[in-house]
Amino acid sequence: MNRSRRTTTAAALALFFALGTSSGFLLNRVDQLRTGATLEEVLYISSPKLLKRASLGYSGLLADIYWTRAVQYFGSKHHVGSRQYELLWPLLNITTQLDPHLVPAYRFGATFLSQKPPHGAGDPAKAIQLAEYGIQNNSDDWHLYYDLGFIYYDLKDYLSASDAFERGSRVPNAHPFLKLLAAQTAQHGGELETARMLWTATYQTSHDKYIRANAAAHLRAIQVDLEVPALERLAEAYRQRTGRLPASFAEMNAAGLLRGIPLDPLGTPYKLTQDGRVLLQNPDDFPFVQKGVRQGYLPPVTPKILPSD
Amino acid sequence: MNSRIYYIATNTFREAVRDRVLYNLIAFALLLTGAAVLVGQISIEIEKLVVINLGLTAVSLFGIVIAIFIGIGLVSKEIDKRTLYTMLSRPVRRWEFIAGKFFGLAGTLVVNTLLMAVGVFAAVLYVSRHFAGSDASILTALYFIVLQFVIVTALALLFSSFSSPLLSAVFTFSLFVIGTFAEDLRGFAKLTHGLPGMLATAAAYVVPNFSALNVISQVAHGGPVSSELILYNTLYALVYAAAVLSAAVLIFERRNLK
Repeated sequence: MNRSRRTTTAAALALFFALGTSSGFLLNRVDQLRTGATLEEVLYISSPKLLKRASLGYSGLLADIYWTRAVQYFGSKHHVGSRQYELLWPLLNITTQLDPHLVPAYRFGATFLSQKPPHGAGDPAKAIQLAEYGIQNNSDDWHLYYDLGFIYYDLKDYLSASDAFERGSRVPNAHPFLKLLAAQTAQHGGELETARMLWTATYQTSHDKYIRANAAAHLRAIQVDLEVPALERLAEAYRQRTGRLPASFAEMNAAGLLRGIPLDPLGTPYKLTQDGRVLLQNPDDFPFVQKGVRQGYLPPVTPKILPSD
Repeated sequence: MNSRIYYIATNTFREAVRDRVLYNLIAFALLLTGAAVLVGQISIEIEKLVVINLGLTAVSLFGIVIAIFIGIGLVSKEIDKRTLYTMLSRPVRRWEFIAGKFFGLAGTLVVNTLLMAVGVFAAVLYVSRHFAGSDASILTALYFIVLQFVIVTALALLFSSFSSPLLSAVFTFSLFVIGTFAEDLRGFAKLTHGLPGMLATAAAYVVPNFSALNVISQVAHGGPVSSELILYNTLYALVYAAAVLSAAVLIFERRNLK
């Protein structure tokens, strides 16, 4: 290689790396100026029918791309504790219209839509619409009936929940617990034991780590909601027996009302207050609890969902 | 196949390999590897679905692009390089030249698809750790994709036999796009009456039906493909491609090459 060619090669290499790096920096700056624009751009074409035509028959892959967008969108909003998920429904609608058999989009999508903010979009009507559309296109998948029943259960519409479980139980190869759930929801809708049954079923039948972690967090919260009132009743029993509230769990142990120091589901001892209330030491670890927290307690913006197991 | 067609076909295959057509396999491998590794991190519960959808879509699109861009040059390149005259001065008939070119390119695409199929199955095995019985349907989808290539190759050759490479590319790609809407066109024909209805019906039968040959989504969900559909799609693709090749031969036989 002569000198001139060597110089040209070196200059081209230097230019390639310098300009390549610069374009990276510039792109970064452009992204900073257009925060949030990228995702909204994908909805410039908001008609699922038009998108299906434009996909030239490759709608399955396009649906996967939209589903990934929906997951990314939900994840990014959920991460910052957002209460607004305005693009979630259009993204899920497009995804499921492009591929009506994409079951994960119905299952997760309905959960994302139905849960109250900041856990989800707080739009159960759309979640029901999505789940029903999923059932219409995948009528032999019992999970979708189960999810629909769950949404109704959260809305405290126990009859509709029971009906959805009942419909699901008639699907060939449906899990036997759907029949039990249908009966239990109809008769004991608002009870914590029914909720425990639902979340246990979710935990046991899902292989997804997010669903299992969420179910485990709900099960821990239900356990706390059952244990705290029970412990407070024991403290009240102590007061009725001795004329004063117990100063500690040790006193209740000595009085034969307890055996050992009661622990929360994560193994941390409960705290007994001077006014006989029982509190969690780390309430942030129990994002869905109704009991065991101080009055006026504000949960963290981003719910702390611990790994399932 | 007579020996002259065989030699033209093998030379077309060798030429495609020399033109580094099979280099597209590198891009394909990178795409599938990236998808298989990344999709689990950025999406939920669709790893296998994405690998199948992306793999089969890529096999189809890469092949269509190769069929169009190689196919449109099959005749014109021989004329430009003046090798066609040498060939036709030997005892090679024009129809044998067209048939040989067709089989050569179709063979290239079959080899390319077979290599890509290995990649698709490897990626499926990577994301799901084992094969399910329903994964056999992927082979059916791949077979239908090859049938698409057979039709596109025949179309590219047809246009290449009388038109410039640029126009041939435009015509072939347009017919591919229209062909993906063939079922809509048929639905539209049913809704219209009179002359427009007759024209729409005629158009619906003239354009190739690519929508029936696309079972990617169905297969990705583990859905079976009926043996009847396989049989009729095979017959349709072969008959349609043969008809198009006949038209190409007809035009090429009458073409003045002086």
